[in-house]
Amino acid sequence: MSLTKAERTVILSMWDKISTQADAIGTQALERLFASYPQTKTYFPHFDLHPGSAHLRMHGAKVVAALGEAVKSIDNIGGALAKLSELHAYILRVDPVNFKLLSHCLLVTVASHFPADFTADAHTAWDKFLSIVSAVLTEKYR
Amino acid sequence: MVHLTAEEKAAVSSLQGKVKVDVVGGEALGRLLVVYPWTQRFFDSFGDLSSPDAIMSNRKVKAHGKKVVNSLINGLKNLDNLKGAFAKLSELHCDKLHVDPENFKLLGNVLVCVLARHFGKEFTPQVQAVFQKVLAGVANALAHKYH
Repeated sequence: MSLTKAERTVILSMWDKISTQADAIGTQALERLFASYPQTKTYFPHFDLHPGSAHLRMHGAKVVAALGEAVKSIDNIGGALAKLSELHAYILRVDPVNFKLLSHCLLVTVASHFPADFTADAHTAWDKFLSIVSAVLTEKYR
Repeated sequence: MVHLTAEEKAAVSSLQGKVKVDVVGGEALGRLLVVYPWTQRFFDSFGDLSSPDAIMSNRKVKAHGKKVVNSLINGLKNLDNLKGAFAKLSELHCDKLHVDPENFKLLGNVLVCVLARHFGKEFTPQVQAVFQKVLAGVANALAHKYH
């Protein structure tokens, strides 16, 4: 599965808008993740996960920044996220099922912030992009 | 059985009252078919599904989407006994329609995206969580009679 030219264009153009609210979007996606899928909190026993916490804002910003790197190198997401891939495989070892959950919450956050831009085509492009990112991050698991 | 607090029930009712069933249903089913094209396998008789535009404007898709959301809304009145409420539909989806229950989760999540798009800020993380709980309950109920 790879992105078509049209899908890349959609992502790049939406990213311009998203990046202006990057931190808020990252934070909200995590809030949605922890609210809808409380089991995901087990990966963050060391965090204060109350909505609005500094930990959440910091981590949300980190997640979206990484997505930004993937967008910048959209033709070579594997290369852009190589270090993160190793981190997830050897250190974090987040169960692969959770990447789908966070991807879904990112989609919901983007949909609620950019309703007009989140067309069916954009929805497809983002879903595919996040699937590719997830695949890269779990690539070295075994 | 899905347990909702009084607050959660209020959140659902409030959004439910504002949902334009025809619009949301058609959009959710349409997006399912666009974003996950393999789901089109169940809709050979629906006519032109050849492009996202064709799908989103397809009359049969809109009509069926509306049917599905209406059924969901009926389900919401039976949160204490979702398995009972959806028993007949479960048998139908297994025996006649042969739908992999995985698709119930896919459609549920697409519906959540559509609600987020329509309600924006109002579709808070807490409200989303309630809907995810309810939709998971419905998906389970629809899969319950599978054999």
